[in-house]
Amino acid sequence: MTEAAPRPHKITGLMPTVTFLRTTELVKSFGAKQVLNGVNLAIAEGGTTAIVGPSGSGKTTLLRLIAGFENPDGGTIELNGYSVAGNAWVPAHKREIGYVAQDGALFPHLSIAQNIAFGLERQWASGGRTARAKRVAELLDMVSLESSMGARKPHEISGGQQQRVALARALARKPKLMLLDEPFSALDAGLRVATRKAVADVLHKAEVTTILVTHDQGEALSFADQVAVMRGGTLAQTGSPFSVYTRPADRDTAEFLGDAVILDAMLQGSLAGCSLGWIPVRHATIQGQVRLMLRPEQIRITADGPIKGTVVDTVFFGPETTVRIKLSPVEGVIGGGEIITIRHWNAAMARPGMKLNLRVIGEGVAFPTE
Amino acid sequence: MGAQAPRPPWGISSLAILAILIASFSLIPLAYVIYMTATTGWETVIELVIRPRVGELLLNTILLVLLTVPLCLVLGVGGAWLVERTTLRGYRWWALGLAAPLAIHGFVNSYAWASAIPSLAGLSAGTLIATLSYFPLIYIPVAATLGRLDPAIEQLAASLGLGPWAVFFRVVLPQLRIPMAGGALLVSLHLLSEYGAFAMIRFDTFTTAIMVQFQSTFNGAAGNMLASVLVFLCMILLLAEAKARGNARYARVGFGAQGLATRLHLGRYEIPAQCSLLGLTLMAAGVPMYSVTRWLIAGGIEVWEPAKLIPALTQTMGYGLAGASLTCIVAFPMAFLAVRHPNWFSKLLELSNYITSSLPGIVVGLAFVTVSIRLVPGIYQSAYVLLAAYILLFLPRALVNLRSGLAQAPRELEEAARSLGRSPTIAFVKVTLRLTAPAAAGGAALVFLAIVNELTATLLLAPNGTRTLATAFWAKSSEIDYAGAAPYALLMILIAAPMTYLLFQQSKKAAGQ
Repeated sequence: MTEAAPRPHKITGLMPTVTFLRTTELVKSFGAKQVLNGVNLAIAEGGTTAIVGPSGSGKTTLLRLIAGFENPDGGTIELNGYSVAGNAWVPAHKREIGYVAQDGALFPHLSIAQNIAFGLERQWASGGRTARAKRVAELLDMVSLESSMGARKPHEISGGQQQRVALARALARKPKLMLLDEPFSALDAGLRVATRKAVADVLHKAEVTTILVTHDQGEALSFADQVAVMRGGTLAQTGSPFSVYTRPADRDTAEFLGDAVILDAMLQGSLAGCSLGWIPVRHATIQGQVRLMLRPEQIRITADGPIKGTVVDTVFFGPETTVRIKLSPVEGVIGGGEIITIRHWNAAMARPGMKLNLRVIGEGVAFPTE
Repeated sequence: MGAQAPRPPWGISSLAILAILIASFSLIPLAYVIYMTATTGWETVIELVIRPRVGELLLNTILLVLLTVPLCLVLGVGGAWLVERTTLRGYRWWALGLAAPLAIHGFVNSYAWASAIPSLAGLSAGTLIATLSYFPLIYIPVAATLGRLDPAIEQLAASLGLGPWAVFFRVVLPQLRIPMAGGALLVSLHLLSEYGAFAMIRFDTFTTAIMVQFQSTFNGAAGNMLASVLVFLCMILLLAEAKARGNARYARVGFGAQGLATRLHLGRYEIPAQCSLLGLTLMAAGVPMYSVTRWLIAGGIEVWEPAKLIPALTQTMGYGLAGASLTCIVAFPMAFLAVRHPNWFSKLLELSNYITSSLPGIVVGLAFVTVSIRLVPGIYQSAYVLLAAYILLFLPRALVNLRSGLAQAPRELEEAARSLGRSPTIAFVKVTLRLTAPAAAGGAALVFLAIVNELTATLLLAPNGTRTLATAFWAKSSEIDYAGAAPYALLMILIAAPMTYLLFQQSKKAAGQ
């Protein structure tokens, strides 16, 4: 597996043991527009991978290629050890995949039960109608829906319920690989969290290898055990949620995955000197002038902190408050006077004009200056 | 797995080739007109086109379109709004009542009015009869769309301070653009190609004049030149419709249940509304029914000749059913391309069919007579040629319906079926075809209706001894045997009635109600 940047510190415990899906140098264009630009992705059997990226980055196209709805212009896809695209062609219906679309794509002319039973053939439910009904009831139960719901039509149930039915329908055939194309994005915030949790639990219990496509970083980080960040038709970085969040490969990835504090710094050995003092940087591959990235939650307000700053303004969000702080110059380092944004739980401790002491927890990440 | 060459997912190119074949087949009549014009020679062409008679016909035809289409739009949209969006008493019955005139063809309507008021003639009579016959072509699609519009958008507009009238004109009406433009085009094309209805009240349009020319000279240059001008008029209409329709698309896959539209209280407008609808229905359906009944009573038992009636009935049914199913099958590839792969190419294919269908039946008929005699003499005066003419003439009716039906069956559903282990073909049949079936049935009903009522092409192309209800009716009524024509008129109405009802029901279903 080739990656965009050499990353020396992978967490080996989360690395694929048996590779279930592998894409190699996938290329796809629509007309003159090249959407995928050489995508290399490996997914472990039973693992959950989130492909996250801004809209237009090609993530849905990648999913559709894996599903078999589109044919790649170049590169190969291997599923469970077999080539399904590139060297050979296995159409969607023979790939043993489950697919849940953004809006559920329930068949409007069929009842909920008929929707779920749509993919059930004899091999899945031998024993005719009763066995089939039993399997449908099981599946409804699996996604926490009443079995009485089976008689209803898709337009008679809520959006969250439609997504659960779509999942049950996809699970009916016991797929080896489940593909989720932004299945929660059309749901409102509360329902989204609950549905996401329910879906994750069901998939975990069923031990299905899963790929989730999303543009929501929080969703990607919380749902998956592997996150692939997509940008401009390639994977910018792949790794565990923790590692891609705390050690992003480049500045764009850092800023896409969450708020970032970025300061000019001078890196000497493994210490970077900046307005926040001397910050340790692990496995520094470059030296000299760099851009140092810290996550806002690494910067704490403490009475005995070595760094001084003045509160510019604050925004209150309830459980937390974002605080903009103008840093006082530190002797012997570059920079000084930058305004950074951090988060704090107690709004009373940071009011505009207050002078504060700060302390940095953990390590920073150094990027080359542009 | 071996290194076999990757097979692209299901061929769209074969579909495109099929559509091209159908489109080029449908261009035969147009090619005929152009060929005839070209071989006539420029001097003769100019001599035949630039003359007072053509100016007079042009004025008549344009005035007819300019008067009838707005009237039909007002009646169709107004009626649809009253039925779908107000508390009008008995709106369910009115919904049906306004669709009913579709069961009575223009020339039956014309026969009814002309036999009741013999002095009826000219532009005003033509406008009256055409409006009464054709406004349901706008009412039905508009009502279906009105019933399906998301009321949330209207409620939002109201929350922005718009009153009911402003909501209607600024929010509802723009959303009705597609059915209004489509319906108006259908009405205009009917006006350009109708023969019987206008001939009966002695109102001259291009089509009636061409018919007179062809009857006197079989395929003279004068008639051909008139047809060329008519084709030109049709092109203008098609461009106008394309412009009015714009790029709007309306496939909606929504979440959860859609709210019901609130109905506006009519209050003191209830009685005027009821009276106008009653007046309209009486004129469009009441007068024809009254006339037919009157002539049936006057004619007594003698006018019912089983030996002539039964063959006419079975032949009409046979041609209607075969033609309707064939037309839907032929229209499908084109509708599919237009919805799933809309581009200049699919628009061009559709356009070629609209042009053909806007040609008068007589032009299509004569093109087929000439072409079949010259190229494949064996099939001249066979049922195949007549069916082919029906397909070409009525393809757009199936196309319009199939297109809106396919828009209700988005590609995602087919893909969901494929991810559930269905092969592309099965997924297509079980999902897309199934979801398009109601619209296809609606299209088939429209084509069936049109075939039952088709007159001119049938007169020309029908095999010897074939007599449909329409041609038999025409033979009787043009001999002023109004009583003798009445049983045929009644049968045509009786056949068309259930089809109209089906069409009305399907328009609601296709629109997702």
